[in-house]
Amino acid sequence: MTSMTDPHQGQFRLSMLLYDSRYRSMTIQIVALIGFLILVFWLISNTAQNLAELGKEPSFGFMSEPAGYDINQRLLEYNSQDTHLRASLMGLLNTLLVAVMGCIAATIIGVIVGVLRLSPNWIVSRLAAVYVEMFRNVPVLLWIVFIMAVLIETLPAPSAFRKGEASMALWDSVAITNRGVYIPEPLFSNSLGNIHLLGQSSLRFDVSLDLLAIAAVFLAGILTSMLIKRRADAIQESTGDRPATWYWRLGVVVIPTVIVLTILGLHWGYPELKGFNFKGGTYMRNSLIALWLALSLYTGAFIAEIVRAGILAVSKGQSEAAGALGLRPNRTMSLVILPQALRVIIPPLISNYLNLTKNSSLAIAVGYMDITGTLGGITMNQTGRELETVLLLMAVYLAISLTISSVMNWYNESVKLKER
Amino acid sequence: MSDMSYVRSEMLPERAPPASSVGFVGWMRQNLFNGIVNSILTIVSLVLIAMVAMAIVPWIFSPTWNGTSQNDCREIIGAGHHAACWGVINDRWEQLLFGFYPNGTEGDTTDQRWRPIVAFALLFVAVTPVLFSMISRRMNWVLLLAVLGLTGLYLGGAAGMILGLALLAGAAFVGFKALSTDKDARAAEIEAGAKRLPNPLIFSAIFPFIAPWLLWGGSIWLPVGAALGFVIGYFAYSILSKIVGSLAGIILAVVASIVWWLFLTGGFASLMDAILPIGLEPVESRKFGGFMLSITIGVVAIACSLPIGIVLALGRQSDLMIVKALCVGFIEFIRGVPLITLLFVASTLLNIFMPPGTNFDIILRVLIMVTLFASAYMAEVIRGGLAALPRGQYEAADALGLDYWKAQRLIIMPQALKISIPGIVSTFIGVFKDTVLVSIIGLLDPLGLSNAIRADQAWNGLVWELYGFIALLFFVFCFSMSRYSMYLERRLRTDHR
Repeated sequence: MTSMTDPHQGQFRLSMLLYDSRYRSMTIQIVALIGFLILVFWLISNTAQNLAELGKEPSFGFMSEPAGYDINQRLLEYNSQDTHLRASLMGLLNTLLVAVMGCIAATIIGVIVGVLRLSPNWIVSRLAAVYVEMFRNVPVLLWIVFIMAVLIETLPAPSAFRKGEASMALWDSVAITNRGVYIPEPLFSNSLGNIHLLGQSSLRFDVSLDLLAIAAVFLAGILTSMLIKRRADAIQESTGDRPATWYWRLGVVVIPTVIVLTILGLHWGYPELKGFNFKGGTYMRNSLIALWLALSLYTGAFIAEIVRAGILAVSKGQSEAAGALGLRPNRTMSLVILPQALRVIIPPLISNYLNLTKNSSLAIAVGYMDITGTLGGITMNQTGRELETVLLLMAVYLAISLTISSVMNWYNESVKLKER
Repeated sequence: MSDMSYVRSEMLPERAPPASSVGFVGWMRQNLFNGIVNSILTIVSLVLIAMVAMAIVPWIFSPTWNGTSQNDCREIIGAGHHAACWGVINDRWEQLLFGFYPNGTEGDTTDQRWRPIVAFALLFVAVTPVLFSMISRRMNWVLLLAVLGLTGLYLGGAAGMILGLALLAGAAFVGFKALSTDKDARAAEIEAGAKRLPNPLIFSAIFPFIAPWLLWGGSIWLPVGAALGFVIGYFAYSILSKIVGSLAGIILAVVASIVWWLFLTGGFASLMDAILPIGLEPVESRKFGGFMLSITIGVVAIACSLPIGIVLALGRQSDLMIVKALCVGFIEFIRGVPLITLLFVASTLLNIFMPPGTNFDIILRVLIMVTLFASAYMAEVIRGGLAALPRGQYEAADALGLDYWKAQRLIIMPQALKISIPGIVSTFIGVFKDTVLVSIIGLLDPLGLSNAIRADQAWNGLVWELYGFIALLFFVFCFSMSRYSMYLERRLRTDHR
């Protein structure tokens, strides 16, 4: 019988590359690699030839030339004499801004709607279902332009505030106009000033010492609070009694922060109507608001379904078992239900954050200057460097996506059920 | 006194439940007003619904269907009122559906819009045997004959009339037979070896060649030539595999087909054209628009992405390191960038990547990029199906001595695809919704057309009516597809557990 399982001892023949399973996988891989390399080489040589004919040698030199266009909504200081690189940086920051704001709002909307969808109240659960189906089944681009139209057509113009036809919301602190929303901005009378970093380069930015100080004190407070919790845990472990510490834990976070804010002299700068428009306050343009609202409402509908599925995925036996162990309802929720539901909810939630970030590239439809609008829009049209700008644009989005998905993989790894 | 009894010997009749816990009142108490919080939520919701309804309903029901321009609508509505101007939809709905597809209004063109309609009706016929298993084989043929017959009647002319009536009569005959025989009796007949109609999947296989011809027109011999490539490949395989073995047979058959497509199809088409010119009036891609464009892009992308996605998913799951790396790289790259950047590639870069002098049209370029985009997502959906399959299935296939492809074809894929059907449908919905993005690179999909319509003097600045109409159509398509996927999930549930 051994002779049947012994490998063929004869000398190597060419047909063995195809028919002998010892060599076949190698053959297939080498053929695939060669095919891939030929394809890449073909594409590159075509591109080089075409670009040479057009007289456009591939180079990224244009990124350091003056951009010459203005960006109306920006997080850092910028003017039209700055380079294309700095314009792209403004765009990237705008993308990240709307992505972060959108993820937060979408999560809040999604959790609320997802819970309401499971409500025993018939009307409420139907309303939540209508919301979910309405937003999931219509393209997000349509929602973006639709909400933009709502903002432009239905909100009062700044002149209406002068005539008294419209008034500011929230005790005269927020002005909602058809050009955008003005919200109060925090100002510091005893400001510590800014630090300029990276000199005059395209990536220069200022760091506000005030914010740095507040953040440092706040974080220190949270760390102290965690130490207090650890000590309380230790006492509970050894004696069985848990000392009441919540007022200490709250105090060490709130009181120092409030003291720092008072020393810095925090006050609010309210928007005021001057001339034809509002001045002061933080100005959020319509395009930002429309994009933000549309993305969060659209993604919120998907998140609502995820939350619903996650809650339904925890079997009833779990909460009954927790009850049998004598856990109170809120402890059941925090120790039994939530950890299991989150395991189901978080991975699709993060992939929806990813989708939201990618969908923020539709900003170009309402004129919000995100990275697609700056680098892939005006910079591309002005310099005519399609290849370089699109490659850069893809690289930026790829970097964002890979970062988010590596966070997701790390999380999945850490919550994976440890089996055998 | 002795026979006095305190124990009831008969049951009392059941009393009716209290009026407050049955019927409508009971339902309301249970579902709407059980507890303070729920009552408040109910009232808030009712107020919300009432407010939205009061704002929207009068706006929707405005008698402006026949308005010829915005000013005309304003006159109909009367000053001081705010209501919809549906005249714009009445005036432009054909354009929103068909774009600038020839409608017989300009020059010596004739109305060609029956072609996309027939193409989509045939699409429905072609996918029926795949999607709806409860429709019998006979009813599929009835559908096909009916569509073709109606087309013949519409086109008119003596030949069209006769052919159309004949086909409709055939449809009626088969349909009558199908409806008059009992399902179980028919099953028994088939069991006993009764003659059946050919499998309607034959038409599903031919359809991909008919549809482009209907939509773009031109000579019929080009799609016939393309289809012949597959026939040649099949025959080459069946002859050669006996001589040189199956693997070499497959390779040679593929080579034969490619040689046919690259070098011989053009000659064949022009030769046949000279002998027997049959064709439709060609329609340029730039005349495509509206929902027709969205559906075309969506259907082509999904149909092409399914096989590519399967191959990518298998590559990603395989043990071959280089193949796996290539597949992972492709999938993660495509999924990591937004579709809009891929559309930029289609609109600006794809011509640069091709050999100098190549210039193919924008719709084809968009189709290529959207297909690549969809196949990466499809690959992940199918990979999910493959991963969800119990390991025992793979091991059982190995134990039966099946080779890789046989195991995939007979054991793995049927189950994996079944598991991933909901994911496939939701990918399709996603791709269909994403087709609106082509308006950003200047194609005239419904959203792009709405901008063009607003630029018209008569309808300057109308927003709500157009967006509402477009949103409604998308909603109808996507919602029905998601319902269909739920139905499929229920039907295919065989419960592995």
